[in-house]
Amino acid sequence: MLGKTANGLFWMYRYMERAENTARLIETGQRIALTRLNQSDDEWASVLQSADCLHGFKAAHDEMSRDLAVDWMLRSKDNPSSILSSVNAARQNARLVRTAITGEVWEAVNSAYMELKSALARKVSERDLPGILRLIRHHAALVRGVTHGTMLRNDIYDFARLGTFLERADNTARILDVKYYVLLPSARAVGTSLDNVQWESILRSVSAKGGFRMEYGAGGGPREIAAFLILDRRMPRSLAFCAGKLRDNLGYLGGEDDAGALSREKVAALENGLRSRSIDDIFEFGLHEFLQTMLNDLSGISRQIEQDFRFYA
Amino acid sequence: MWGRDAQLRAPYQNFFDWFDQEDPKRLRAKNREAEDLFRLTGITFNVYGRSEAEERLIPFDIIPRIISGSEWAKLSRGIEQRVRAINAFLHDIYHTQEIVKAGRIPREMISQNEAFQPKMIGVDVPGGVYTHIVGIDLVCTGPGEFYVLEDNARTPSGVSYMLENRETMLQMFPELFSKNRVQPVQQYPIDLRRSLAACAPAMADGDPTVAVLTPGIYNSAYFEHAFLADQMGVELVEGHDLRVIDGRVAMRTTHGYKPIDVLYRRVDDDFLDPLNFNPESQLGVPGIMDVYRAGGITIANAPGTGISDDKAIYSYMPEIVEFYTGERPLLQNVPTWRCSEPDALAHVLDNLEDLVVKEVHGSGGYGMLIGPTATKKEIAAFRKKLKARPKNYIAQPTLSLSTVPIFAKSGLTPRHVDLRPYVLVSPDGIKITPGGLTRVALKKGSLVVNSSQGGGTKDTWVLEE
Repeated sequence: MLGKTANGLFWMYRYMERAENTARLIETGQRIALTRLNQSDDEWASVLQSADCLHGFKAAHDEMSRDLAVDWMLRSKDNPSSILSSVNAARQNARLVRTAITGEVWEAVNSAYMELKSALARKVSERDLPGILRLIRHHAALVRGVTHGTMLRNDIYDFARLGTFLERADNTARILDVKYYVLLPSARAVGTSLDNVQWESILRSVSAKGGFRMEYGAGGGPREIAAFLILDRRMPRSLAFCAGKLRDNLGYLGGEDDAGALSREKVAALENGLRSRSIDDIFEFGLHEFLQTMLNDLSGISRQIEQDFRFYA
Repeated sequence: MWGRDAQLRAPYQNFFDWFDQEDPKRLRAKNREAEDLFRLTGITFNVYGRSEAEERLIPFDIIPRIISGSEWAKLSRGIEQRVRAINAFLHDIYHTQEIVKAGRIPREMISQNEAFQPKMIGVDVPGGVYTHIVGIDLVCTGPGEFYVLEDNARTPSGVSYMLENRETMLQMFPELFSKNRVQPVQQYPIDLRRSLAACAPAMADGDPTVAVLTPGIYNSAYFEHAFLADQMGVELVEGHDLRVIDGRVAMRTTHGYKPIDVLYRRVDDDFLDPLNFNPESQLGVPGIMDVYRAGGITIANAPGTGISDDKAIYSYMPEIVEFYTGERPLLQNVPTWRCSEPDALAHVLDNLEDLVVKEVHGSGGYGMLIGPTATKKEIAAFRKKLKARPKNYIAQPTLSLSTVPIFAKSGLTPRHVDLRPYVLVSPDGIKITPGGLTRVALKKGSLVVNSSQGGGTKDTWVLEE
């Protein structure tokens, strides 16, 4: 495969994953705004931060409001990580790798772009927001579905998966990091309704509420939530799960020239960091510090993959 | 669809029986459905200089253009003869120039031609093939009466529309294909790959590696480049993916550089190699011409083939066909005045209102004058341009072209069309896909079918005998 093609696949799937995650974050933010007790817009700052676009937002806006925050994440052309920008970038990459993906995958990405472009052409009202967010998740699911159902399990698929899981791990780590103080055992007012809403919001933003309830019933507090999203290998958005997928897909890519050896080493180190620790160790080490290390390692792996597989000349 | 005597032409009989039974409303809905399908599959072209409408659809008309088997058989013999002559001509002018020595073409027509490529002199191209892919533009004045408008011997485009138009018709009106025995076109990409592979340089061993070279996703025909690479199952590369290593042109893969045997380039000669041609080019591969001349790669079409579809050379095509095949040309040329010749220029200047005047090196329907539809002002302006650089122009009469029906708002209505069949050339022989791309002028009375000028396309059927 061409290095350029690997690059295009990797980013096409990163952007699709990002669009979907951003939709979930907006959904969560909206939910908190509707259920929380005090009426301030601070919550949106932390949602923007989870989506890694607070900095850009502040550069473009002087005030913080629900409308501005939602618009920034949903459809701003100035925000390279907005859903509209992400889907556009995913499609541009899909055009670039048109020969590597199946016709069905291309059509799914292209129709995602066409429908979302028209749905997001104007400001979205609060009333229309749930429908639009559903539409985004629906299209992301379609792309994922046709990818699973029609793509050969070869190196093309491996690069698609690497992009998906790097982005997803990055996202989960970021969400946890923005909310880490809510999860600390020392947090005040443990068990208050406010806390419950916050915990639930974390689970919701990674679509883990159902899974968590299945596992822990009505019980389970911050310690369990952190363990679930960091260490549980069955939870498809946990760091441990994503790390395992990165390991697998990099493993398939080796070949005679042992391409990707350095990337594999880095992923092994990341996995080791997750495997050798219990959730108590992580809390003792410092949740925030631990997540920061994870985020650093993930971007290091991304850069290493770029180099190992000659994404650029 | 109707002959000169308004009689229904035989090949259309079956189709027309079907059409009469159809509800126009359903057909209109089908037409919209077709456009949605095109948009979804991404069959779009980029229009230069229009940022807001970056990707556009070429309008599709659901009424097929139908050609009988016998008409086609006659036409394809003419095309094959012409393509053979073009390849012989190219070999000759880049070697001993017998045709010049024989006095059939003036020397300066070759030596002073912008499209003549001195770097190709004495080069022996792999398999002796210069024009691997040719798209000959034809117009029709009556049953079986085809004239050649242009021989596109550089990088003819549009074949993806031929394939997608058929695919769309198959999806929308499957019943039509069980009632009519239409010759298939779907084998084209596989034929193309085989034909290109058969032209691999002698040093290639095993199954030759083929790749398509595109200028990139912002090129107007990017969709087609990706489509063909996809359908052939080969890599789609850009200049920055390639590098000359150890005397071969190699592409950067995830496992290092891998040599390419045959490059189907959709990049113009000028941009192919900054070391040998335009030094500013970012689209090409530095040094590829040196590899080519040493026999390390096949470039399709060969550099320098443009001279054979040059509009000034075009007027010599009847002589060229006779000279190399020893036969009378089966396909007719449109009578052409070369404005470089004083007598011809005088005639053209006297009759501008009745003539079509084209730039010798122009393409895409830009920079031409269509006398009968031009205003006095336009004619006066063109007269000045023509007088200033007569060598730059040729002129042709407007033929009384036959029409085919399109499905317009008011129902069936006649429009002018042309036809571009696609021809593959390899040492194994010449292969012509039955049918081709029919382009249609959507404006009433218009003769301009180019997509850049608002033309549309339709499916082209060649019936089984």
